Amino acid sequence: MHKTLFTKLWDQHEILKRGSMSLLYIDRIFLHERTGSVSLKELELKGREVKNPEQVFCTMDHIIDTFPGRNDNTIMPSGRDFIVATRNAANKAKINLFDIGNDKQGIVHVISAEQGITLPGLTQVCPDSHTCTLGALGALAWGIGSSEGEHALATKTLSLKKPKIMRARFEGQLNKGVTSKDMILYLIGNYTASGGVGHAIEFSGDTINSLEQEARFTLCNMSVEFGCFTGLIAPDQKTFDFIYGRPFAPKGDDFEKALTYWKGLYSDEDAIYDKEIYVKSNDIDPQVSWGTSPGQVISINSVIPDPDKISDLSLKSSHSKALEYMDLKPGQSMDGISIDAAFIGSCTNSRISDLRDVAKLVRGRKVSPGVKAIIVPGSTQIKNQSETEGLDRIFKEAGFEWRESGCSMCFYVGGESFKDGSRVVSSTNRNFENRQGPGIKTHLASPITVAASALKGKITDVRRV
Amino acid sequence: MKRFRELSSIAIPLMRSNVDTDAIIPSREIKGVSKTGLSDGLFANWRYKNVDNREIDTTFVFNNERYSSAEILISGVNFGCGSSREHAVWALKEWGIRSIFAISFGSIFFNNCVRNGILPIILNEEIIKKFILIAEDETSSNYFRINLPTKSVFSPDNIEYNFDLLDSYADMLIEGLDPIGLTLKDKHEIDLFQKDDIKKRPWVYI
Repeated sequence: MHKTLFTKLWDQHEILKRGSMSLLYIDRIFLHERTGSVSLKELELKGREVKNPEQVFCTMDHIIDTFPGRNDNTIMPSGRDFIVATRNAANKAKINLFDIGNDKQGIVHVISAEQGITLPGLTQVCPDSHTCTLGALGALAWGIGSSEGEHALATKTLSLKKPKIMRARFEGQLNKGVTSKDMILYLIGNYTASGGVGHAIEFSGDTINSLEQEARFTLCNMSVEFGCFTGLIAPDQKTFDFIYGRPFAPKGDDFEKALTYWKGLYSDEDAIYDKEIYVKSNDIDPQVSWGTSPGQVISINSVIPDPDKISDLSLKSSHSKALEYMDLKPGQSMDGISIDAAFIGSCTNSRISDLRDVAKLVRGRKVSPGVKAIIVPGSTQIKNQSETEGLDRIFKEAGFEWRESGCSMCFYVGGESFKDGSRVVSSTNRNFENRQGPGIKTHLASPITVAASALKGKITDVRRV
Repeated sequence: MKRFRELSSIAIPLMRSNVDTDAIIPSREIKGVSKTGLSDGLFANWRYKNVDNREIDTTFVFNNERYSSAEILISGVNFGCGSSREHAVWALKEWGIRSIFAISFGSIFFNNCVRNGILPIILNEEIIKKFILIAEDETSSNYFRINLPTKSVFSPDNIEYNFDLLDSYADMLIEGLDPIGLTLKDKHEIDLFQKDDIKKRPWVYI
């Protein structure tokens, strides 16, 4: 057989091949108001129609505000235009829309799994780079541009060259306080932010098997920060249990048929990979980024690396520029750096399990005075579930703001942000310059590291809290 | 789409690694549901000392008069990584960039370039470093020539370098083809595949 899971999924969807280009059948398309609006608008301008609107989904997550009582008006000056244009185009094209106020609304990659829209073995695209999150269900899901979005909408296909395939095997038990977020940051830190360029990555090994489904999404989510085309994990019983009973998931006989098929979705034992990485999970400590690229990340108990020890000139210059932007010095300890704000949310870490872990940690404690601390649930359902469990009260009593669901301050669209130049410890995925707002210094970390840091007012080793 | 066969232009050097699409076009600069009106926000956080009042940072290469007519951009590893926003390509295109030389590219960005008539060229680190030095040297010529049909780049000292690009991408650029129109020619095959697939994987069809 010799086939990787990736190849099995690819072959299943290949309609035809010309030269090295495959025309792939796309099962699901998801859109959001930021980039999907352009795809729908262009399609309409060219007089083309959505081929199978019933298989296309759309939500509002990127630009909408997250304050209670929100509506089409946003703090971002022209945000309303995106929301209204998306709604009108979505309704006209008769695609499924989870609008503001709909209980299925949420961050696109969070709700796509939550609603049972993404299933093992499917191909799914979205004009959003973190679509790779959904590979954690054993789906072939990847981010595309708006033009490719238009292409997929009009033809239900995309033409592309098969990437190379790499495997990262994580073996062994995770240390206390270490999460799947730390695993992916550790990987990117060790193999650089371009370590996966040209490859799709499959995560496997006994550590992956022991991760709960929600933690697996976090891992696959940051495949794109590793430079990968996408990431994926073979589905197992945890995946099947996760899917069962979700609104758009198959029911009854269909579920049984699907299950039989899903159980064949794994890489053959003798499958060959273009590249292999082996990680001893026991080596991983909680990770925190220090720079302006996700590869600039170290263990909480390490010191900021010295650019003078780098021989490559362009690497050295990127390193120095990052230190300057982040206002940090070589040799400085990561543990103990003062913060102005803490943010928990985004398609990386905003699921109910993340919020439960945070609640456990902050229950009965207080956010350090002067630290702006915010929690934004990944979906309206997660928000409702949290409130049913009383997590929101725990957060509010500890001094966190509790919001409506959306992408929120994972990035700055010209709306809400932290105070200019703030140092923010964040459960998100990108620490680029100005990503979270003008001059904002972002430190990426797991939700529990963010929570621990919020309580102490400085970047903190969660194992000591 | 505008056709791309040959290009002769000066090159603008931006020697950084992992230049992300947030840097190319910050999200706050994407103000409308449109592909245009973006060049003013290109590299806004680096081009302006103050983004709000647009006070120019004269040290940034995109503000150097010498490069104002450049149609080629040279950069390092993983150019265009990060967010899928096609606005990054639209902004570069509107500013005047028609080809980018880099050691590697973010995969979504690479495809977005081809879809918009911009030619992304992968060159090895040694060549990129040499080209950067040429582009930075104010005393020498900085005219590079690109010939897409032969997949070659000529440096100002007339040395030829070959690059790889999938033929289908090269054809798309050379002929200025509409990829959706091309795929729709295969509509019959697509419909047959779908009909068969509905029988094989009924659970997929909502």
